[in-house]
Amino acid sequence: MDAFTRFTSVAAVLPNENIDTDQIIPARFLTTTQRAGLGKFAFADWRYDADGRERAEFPLHRADLRGAGILLGGRNFGCGSSREHAPWALLDMGIRAVISTRIADIFRNNALKNGLLPIVVGEDEWQRLAAFEARELTIDLDTQRIELPDGGAIPFDIDGFARQCLLRGVDQLGYLLSEDAAISRFEQTHDALTRAA
Amino acid sequence: MTTPRTIIEKIWDAHAVREETADAPAILYIDLHLVHEVTTPQAFAELRERNLPVRRPDRTLATLDHSTPTLPPNPDGSLPYDNAATAEQVATMERNCADFGITLHGFGSGQRGVVHVMGPELGATQPGMTIVCGDSHTATHGAFGALAFGIGTTEVGHVLATQCLLQQRPKTLAVTVNGTLPPNVGAKDLILHIIGRLGMDGGTGHVIEYRGEAIRALSMEGRMTLCNMSIEAGARAGLVAPDLATFDYLRGRPHAPQGAAFDAAVERWKTFTSDDGATFDRELIVDAADVAPTVTWGTNPGQVVAIDGIVPRADDALTQRALDYMQFHGDAPLLGEHVDVVFIGSCTNGRISDLREAAGVLRGRHVASHVRMLVVPGSDAVKRQAEAEGLHHIVRAAGAEWREPGCSMCIGMNGDRVAAGQLAVSTSNRNFEGRQGKGARTVLASPATAAAAAVAGVIADPRNYPPLPADTHEAAA
Ligand code: SF4
Repeated sequence: MDAFTRFTSVAAVLPNENIDTDQIIPARFLTTTQRAGLGKFAFADWRYDADGRERAEFPLHRADLRGAGILLGGRNFGCGSSREHAPWALLDMGIRAVISTRIADIFRNNALKNGLLPIVVGEDEWQRLAAFEARELTIDLDTQRIELPDGGAIPFDIDGFARQCLLRGVDQLGYLLSEDAAISRFEQTHDALTRAA
Repeated sequence: MTTPRTIIEKIWDAHAVREETADAPAILYIDLHLVHEVTTPQAFAELRERNLPVRRPDRTLATLDHSTPTLPPNPDGSLPYDNAATAEQVATMERNCADFGITLHGFGSGQRGVVHVMGPELGATQPGMTIVCGDSHTATHGAFGALAFGIGTTEVGHVLATQCLLQQRPKTLAVTVNGTLPPNVGAKDLILHIIGRLGMDGGTGHVIEYRGEAIRALSMEGRMTLCNMSIEAGARAGLVAPDLATFDYLRGRPHAPQGAAFDAAVERWKTFTSDDGATFDRELIVDAADVAPTVTWGTNPGQVVAIDGIVPRADDALTQRALDYMQFHGDAPLLGEHVDVVFIGSCTNGRISDLREAAGVLRGRHVASHVRMLVVPGSDAVKRQAEAEGLHHIVRAAGAEWREPGCSMCIGMNGDRVAAGQLAVSTSNRNFEGRQGKGARTVLASPATAAAAAVAGVIADPRNYPPLPADTHEAAA
C-alpha cells in the first residue's frame, strides 16, 4: 500500500446520492482474479455508450477534470456490495480520496485498506468544497485538513489507527500477525465452546 | 448486578481477543469464514506472496456460486461457462482450496449453493457466532442469532491468515415489529417495508436486532430473508435472537453439534438474547398490520411502495432520476406495468419455502407468453428437495425455466442477465441501475408477487392469484 501523507490534485464532483458499488464497478468486471487494471472499467456504464465510446457528458471526461485525484461524491457513497474492486478501480483511475457527507461502512473499510482516503464532511463543508470543482485541493492527513484554493481549510476526522497505517503505508495484516500469541491464547478457551465447520 | 447487554454486545464481548483502545481497534475473533470465488483470489494471492498458511481451515468453508453456470453440463460433461474469465475464477478457487486445505462444497459435492443458503442448511451457521464472508449479504446468517457481516477482500486475507479482524464496536439499532403480519404478507414484504422506513443509509454504522411478536412468528427461512437485506438499509449486520425455532432447525444438521453436545450447545445458545433493560442506540417500531405486499419502484431498495399503491411524484432530482431510469411515471400505480423477465432465486429468496410459494401461484397456471421466467434453487439441497416435491414439474408446466443452483440473475455474472430496457420482477435484493444487466430495470418483490407478475405478464397483486383448487391443476396439466 502506498503511504498517504499530503496529496494535491484537482477535485471532480459526482453529486448523485447513493453512488453504489454496481455503478463504481459493474458486476460483469468482477470476474478478474487480479487487483490491477480495473480503472478503465470504473463507472463503465456512465462513461461509455453502447459502442464503448466515451460519453462527453460524463463529468470526469471534461478536459479540466481528466486525471482528477479527488472525488466529491453525493451522500451515501459506496453503498451496496462488499466488492473491494470498487476502491481498486477508483485507485487505478488515479483517485486517492473520496469526500462525501456519508460513506457506506464496507466501502470505507475497503478504501482505507488500500490507501484510498475516505473523508466524511458536513453538508455545508461539502458545498464549500464543491464550489472548487476543477481547482486543486490539498489533503493533509497529518494535520487532518483539506486546504482550499482560497487559503481556507476544512478539518476532518479519521480513525486514529487507520490514519497511522496510511501515514506510514503499512498494512493492518502485519499488526494482526504480531498479535499471534494473544490470538492463540483466546483460541484455547474459545475452541472448547464453539467448533465450526 | 451486571449491566444489561444486547445480544450484539454479548456476541462482541465473547469474541474480543483485544478490546478497542485509544490507539487501536478491537481484535475480533471469527468463528466461521465463508468464501466464494469472486472476492477471494486476490486474498489467496497475498497469502502466497507472504508465504502464510490459512490459520484455521476448519473454520473456513468454501463454495462456488456467483460465476457458475445455471444450465446443466454439456454432453461431454464440461460446464457451459459464460466466458473464460468465470471458468478461470472457479478453477482458481478450486486450486486455492486444495492448496490451503479448505473444504470446498463444489460441483459434485451435492452441497454446493449460494453461500448464504449453504451455511445455514449445513448447520454451520450457529447462534452466538461471529461469521464473515466477502459478501455484503452475510447478515443472512444473523437469522440464527449470529453476528454476521460482509467484508472486503483485504479483510478476507486477514481472516484467512489470523482468523481475526480489526473492528470498531458497532452501534445498535432495535427494529421492533409488533402485532401480526396480514395474510399473504411475508418476510420479503416486511424487510422492504422496513428499508423504506429506515432509508437505504438509515442503518449505516449500526447492527440491527429485529425483535417483537411478528419476528418471533417468522420461520427460520423468513428470518433469513429478513436479515439478508439489512445491508440494503446500510446496516453492517442484522440479527434475530435464537429461540426454539432456531434450535429445531439446527438439530441433526451435519455441521451442528450432535447428541449430548447439541443439548449443551442449546444451553449456551440460549444466553444470546438481549437482557431486559438493555439499551439500543436507536429504535424503530413497526406495526406489522401496516405491512402490505411491497415492491420497489426505483433504483434503490429504499424506494418502495405497497403493490397496490401509487409511485411517488418526482418532487426531487433523486426521485426523477429513478423514475426516468425505471421508465415509470410518478403519481401513478405500478399495477399493470409490462413485465419482460421474472427471476425467482438468490440468497434472499432461493430457499425451499420460496420455491413452494412461487409454485403455489404457478400451479395450474401459465406464464404469460411474452415473459421469460427463471427459477433458480439456492443450493443443491434446495433443488433436491424441490424435485422430491415435484416443484420442477409445476415450474416447467407453467412455461418457466428450471435451473441449476447459483446466484444467477441476482448479479448476472454467469451470463444470466436481463437485457437493456427490460423490466424484471426479481426476488433478489438489489435494484441498482444495471445490477441485473446493463440497462436492466428491476422491481424487487416476494416470490408470490414475482410469480403473479409472471402469470399476469404485468405487475400484479399476488392476493389475486391464490392457489387453485386441486382439480383445476389436473385440468390445466
Ligand atoms: S444471490 Fe445475489 S446477493 Fe446473494 S450472494 Fe449471490 S450475488 Fe450476492
